[in-house]
Amino acid sequence: MEHNVLASILANGCDSACCGMWFYLIVTILKLVLVFAVILAFVVLSVWIERRVAGWIQDRPGPNRAGIPLHLFQRFGSKEEQPCKKLLHFFGVPQDCWIAKLFRWLKLDREIPTFGLMQPCLDGAKLFLKQELTPSYVRKVYFTLAPMLVLGPPLVAAAVIPFASGFSTPLGDVNMCVANLGIGPLWIFAISGLSVYGLTLAGWSSNSKYPFLGGLRATAQLISYEVAMGLSIIPLLMMFGTLNLQSIVQYQADNGWTLLPLWGEGLTWERWFMMLPMLISFVVFVTCVFAEANRTPFDMAECETDLVGGYHSEYSSMKFASFFMGEYAAMVIGSALVVTLFLGGWSIGFGADAALHNWCDWFAVICQFVMFLIKLVAFIFFFVWVRWTLPRFRWDQVMKLGWLVFLEVTVANIFLTAAIIYFIN
Amino acid sequence: MNTTRTLQVPDATSVAMDYLKNDAEDHGELVTLNVGPSHPATHGVLRLKLVIDGEEIVSCDPIIGYLHRGMEKIAENCHYNQYVAYTDRFDYLAPMSNNIAYACAVEKLMGWELPERGQAIRVLCCELSRISSCFLGTGVYAMDTGAMTAFLYAFEEKEKVHNLYEQICGARFTSSYTRIGGMTRDLPKGIEKQILEFCDSALRTVDEMEKLLLHNKIFIDRLVGVGVITKQMALDCGMTGNNLRASGVKRDLRKTNPYLGYEKYEFDVPVAEEGDCYARFQVRMEEIRQSVRIIRQVIATLPGGPICVQTDKGILPDKKDAMQNIEELIRQFMVTTQSVNAPVGQVYFAAENPKGELGFFLDSKGGGIANRLKMRSPSYCTLSILPKLLPGHLVSDVGAILGSFDFVQGECDR
Repeated sequence: MEHNVLASILANGCDSACCGMWFYLIVTILKLVLVFAVILAFVVLSVWIERRVAGWIQDRPGPNRAGIPLHLFQRFGSKEEQPCKKLLHFFGVPQDCWIAKLFRWLKLDREIPTFGLMQPCLDGAKLFLKQELTPSYVRKVYFTLAPMLVLGPPLVAAAVIPFASGFSTPLGDVNMCVANLGIGPLWIFAISGLSVYGLTLAGWSSNSKYPFLGGLRATAQLISYEVAMGLSIIPLLMMFGTLNLQSIVQYQADNGWTLLPLWGEGLTWERWFMMLPMLISFVVFVTCVFAEANRTPFDMAECETDLVGGYHSEYSSMKFASFFMGEYAAMVIGSALVVTLFLGGWSIGFGADAALHNWCDWFAVICQFVMFLIKLVAFIFFFVWVRWTLPRFRWDQVMKLGWLVFLEVTVANIFLTAAIIYFIN
Repeated sequence: MNTTRTLQVPDATSVAMDYLKNDAEDHGELVTLNVGPSHPATHGVLRLKLVIDGEEIVSCDPIIGYLHRGMEKIAENCHYNQYVAYTDRFDYLAPMSNNIAYACAVEKLMGWELPERGQAIRVLCCELSRISSCFLGTGVYAMDTGAMTAFLYAFEEKEKVHNLYEQICGARFTSSYTRIGGMTRDLPKGIEKQILEFCDSALRTVDEMEKLLLHNKIFIDRLVGVGVITKQMALDCGMTGNNLRASGVKRDLRKTNPYLGYEKYEFDVPVAEEGDCYARFQVRMEEIRQSVRIIRQVIATLPGGPICVQTDKGILPDKKDAMQNIEELIRQFMVTTQSVNAPVGQVYFAAENPKGELGFFLDSKGGGIANRLKMRSPSYCTLSILPKLLPGHLVSDVGAILGSFDFVQGECDR
């Protein structure tokens, strides 16, 4: 087909086919940039959410000291002494009224507040400027390769996640998903499974005992939870009858989210029955996402109280930051997948999608994108909440849970779903 | 003619780095894992030489002494009163208890008995520091098992105790509150109300932590049946305090040989039969409740009167008197330069500290300086059980077991 397109370009100059191809290319590149930017922004944002929520849970302020101080501007030549006070004076607001008090409480008289959002950025800058220390005893090639292998896969896996529905333009249809593959979830499992190599290599190439143990644990844990993860979504795929994530979300937009089937046909008793296997799948899948993202209560690989830093003990500077970002990227992608499969992805719900599409395609797409981001943030919040509430499992208990509980539950769940579908139809 | 001469460069590091070639046999190998002296799980500078087979510990060799400061020797070179400041540094999580235990030991040598108010204040301080220490013990333990939030809740309460310390003795951490025969100062006005308020908040936090941890399936799975110490093992190693009581031995010096008027207060000694990490955690939580109970009784029955021994010349006079009265001025001079004049003899005094039985053995040849001081530190005895206890457990259990002992290296290494 590509040959045909190229041939037609050569033969006819810029006709409709050529236009279509250029349009497709440009749109894809734009989508790529958007997804990449959103994922990286979310990595930073989720670090911020993590700290802010941790502070909130633990009765402490969290990051709040990284505003832009106003005296910084004086250094660059600003003559303004107290801009906030003068502004209030300009509008005739007295210094002791509630507006002025609110301004002072927000520290507007001292700094431009960023609500601590600058903290992750400054952290990144700090890690970037730190000395890059590669111990002499490591295996350098693998040592350098490992952080890349951890950070890369989540970013690649994001390609198949739909972040809004499509709209049509005179030049062609646009599908708001970088790669609209027919094997969406499989692609994600295949790619994110690669990140285990990163952890294993990091542990092994560090040539040190703690990272070695951490790497071993990571390998065993990720592999065993991938089994349960893969099996846990089979009931969903049986219900949806497709592996294309865009179609899965479209189905949910029309018929109600997997865990909230309220619109479409309404809450019939058949759907009530289907809720049971879906809930089981949801619990197992979310737990597996936790395990895959290496977060408490499953952070065996870097369990600090017995393995110091686990697989990244020997890493410093940007290499460490890659692991750090990789973990958060995995968390973001995991959340996106849960949202897509169980919580309706981009769909606004209650039949609003179709109505909006009838009114204006563009606006619908923007609303859906925002909805997707809101759901994503909500789920990341859940991630953080769990992390700061639960203690950590012990290593052998994690393996027992994976192989002796989740595997059986998911297999039984598949049969249960099959039985329900058989008897209902 | 060309000949080749091989030069051998003596390079100790390259020989030592030979292990990097990874040419050892590839199965059936035991690995020596060095934990500490600076490791997140070892609460201070304990070092463990673990031999592991996979994740299972085969043998454990605890190495102590990284925080050795020669505390016992220092006692032979300074006055009884001067040494009080060193006792802060034993169990630095409960400095008040150490001050009081030491002062009581010297007072036993002198044959002094504190007036009622002085005793009540000492009991109050002891129990405050017990609460602070137990909060830190349970909180840090929670962090060892990965529950960071519970740790910070506990730490907040500990912070409140430090605020009270600051009001009582002027220092937040190194209190040095006692002198031989009394305290440096009386309680400040209005502190009783603040202490009672703190008691309420401490109980709330204990309940909160119990909800967060004790009924948590992950926490229970990690701790129940881990690090089981039988009654016999505990007694053999000379374990004391909460760790002994968690193994089913009901021994509390406050009950068995009461000091400072502990017999007047009503409290229970929490005992658990299981002897595992979970039992030790539970006992420690219950200990906080009992301490709160004692504090409430002390404040309800706080008598008036002097806080220092009145009969003897061994304690400082009132500052006002010292300025106007030659006798008192001489006494002030003598006490500050030569301290108390202790009789010849030997005493052993043990107090029930948050970590266990802290004992002081004093040998005096008269005068203001001890001839020999020997400490019996609870953490030292507790840690001696590690070689017996750890083999057979997993590497992940090291943190759980060490945390459950609630030991302090400052006291162990002295």
